[in-house]
Amino acid sequence: MNVSRRIVLHFPPNITGQPVVYRLVKDFGLTFNILKASISPGQEGLLVLELSGEQKNYDKGIKYLADAGVKIQSLSQDVVRDESKCTHCGACITICPTDAFSLEPKSRKVLFDHNKCVICGLCVKACPPRAMILYF
Amino acid sequence: MAKTIAEINEKIRKGKAVVVTAEEVIDIAQKRGVSRAAEEIDVVTTGTFGPMCSSGVFLNIGHSKPRIKLGGGKVYLNDVPVYTGIAAVDLFLGATAIPDDDPRNKLYPGEFNYGGGHVIQELVAGKDIRLTATAYGTDCYPRKKLETLINIKDINEAILFNIRNAYQNYNVAVNLSDRVLYSYMGVLKPNLGNANYCSAGQLSPLLNDPYYKTMGVGTKIFLGGGIGYVAWHGTQHNPCALRGDNGVPRRGAGTLAVIGDLKQMKPEWLVGTSMLGYGCTLTVGIGVPIPILSEEILRYTAVSDADIFAPVVDYAEAYPQTKPDILGEVSYAELKSGRIKVRGKDVPTASLSSYPKAVEIANILKKWIESGEFLLTEPVAPLPGVESGVTIKALKERPI
Repeated sequence: MNVSRRIVLHFPPNITGQPVVYRLVKDFGLTFNILKASISPGQEGLLVLELSGEQKNYDKGIKYLADAGVKIQSLSQDVVRDESKCTHCGACITICPTDAFSLEPKSRKVLFDHNKCVICGLCVKACPPRAMILYF
Repeated sequence: MAKTIAEINEKIRKGKAVVVTAEEVIDIAQKRGVSRAAEEIDVVTTGTFGPMCSSGVFLNIGHSKPRIKLGGGKVYLNDVPVYTGIAAVDLFLGATAIPDDDPRNKLYPGEFNYGGGHVIQELVAGKDIRLTATAYGTDCYPRKKLETLINIKDINEAILFNIRNAYQNYNVAVNLSDRVLYSYMGVLKPNLGNANYCSAGQLSPLLNDPYYKTMGVGTKIFLGGGIGYVAWHGTQHNPCALRGDNGVPRRGAGTLAVIGDLKQMKPEWLVGTSMLGYGCTLTVGIGVPIPILSEEILRYTAVSDADIFAPVVDYAEAYPQTKPDILGEVSYAELKSGRIKVRGKDVPTASLSSYPKAVEIANILKKWIESGEFLLTEPVAPLPGVESGVTIKALKERPI
């Protein structure tokens, strides 16, 4: 069974120099999509990944990361829109750095492309009716 | 071809009135011509759904046993302070009120997650609201403390009374500075990073009746999902603002004060709203029907986004310092294209007023009228127009 999950990885400063993600691909056959990265030598690094592969390989990969000293945080639901609260005003459109929001040209309803979302959270507080929710 | 409101109401009663929205009328007038459209159409419905800070609710909660005089005391609804400077158990809850312990902008930018607008939405939704009060006590009103749940269905009155709503046109906000601005016009990114506007444009009530020829005191309207009335001209009503050749104001101009029974309104049309770094407010749904009494009135309702212009204003300097400078004018058609040009730069646009909800309001009002349940009213007094000479004044400060 294949799984695909969004996770946040915190790298302690001593392992930011290691090819951790490469090992996930090479040793466990996992595929990844980097959603957000902030890594500088000698400092704690942060990586938001969508990690996919066979469940048993995924579990092994996660164990490898944990053993290597990487702190793993699940982003299982990330940023979602509460459809009952969204008023389709559009205030979020120019706030999002990755253009995850767009207007449906005819109805002018606000569309949210979850795949483009990098879970930065900027829309959460900028949304006037507070329809965007950050889940951990 | 002049029709009267009485004649239109007769057609509404018979289910024969032709009703279209202010969006639909644009095409009809273009295809069939203004004259024929004016003959055929009886009512044009408008709509707007945007944050409107000058909104609030008067409540009469009923007398407790023993009695308490809340007037002059302190009262909170879900920790949000309400105004008590009226009679014993009358209260006013304003949309922008926030709890005493809200950090405001001390933690900049403040989140303002809960305030008066949110209490109003919960009240309309039928939720129990926690009332806590202290009073000074009198011979006839001896009680000094009250803590109770209240519910809209139990209290005597809940009256929405918004002293300024439905602005006829508004600024487009931009930021010329090099830091992020948190404003009532939303988050403004530095160096012309975005442009925020707030009007339904071609669907907006007062932009379809630019000279207030049909809307006046007593006009029956869609308000917050129920029925309301125009109570007066709104505060800061400015009919003498700059207008285009089509009569449509090119600046913020007229406003409406509106009133209605909150008990028959709906929470989806009165939405508690939080503006990051600015405060709490209420997003209000308003729709005004325009009786097509003449060709002239039909022509006004046929106005389209391309013919309505708004000023672009810098919210880093010009707005806060009350300077009249503008950076140019753009049409709502340009704003709705997603990009405008300001100082030669391509600036992405965003709206704070929901156009899809404005369309929904205009359509609901259309259905009400078509079904015969909503009759039009004759205004009992006009709103001050261009001839009134009324203009918005700045505060003249004088030493005490």
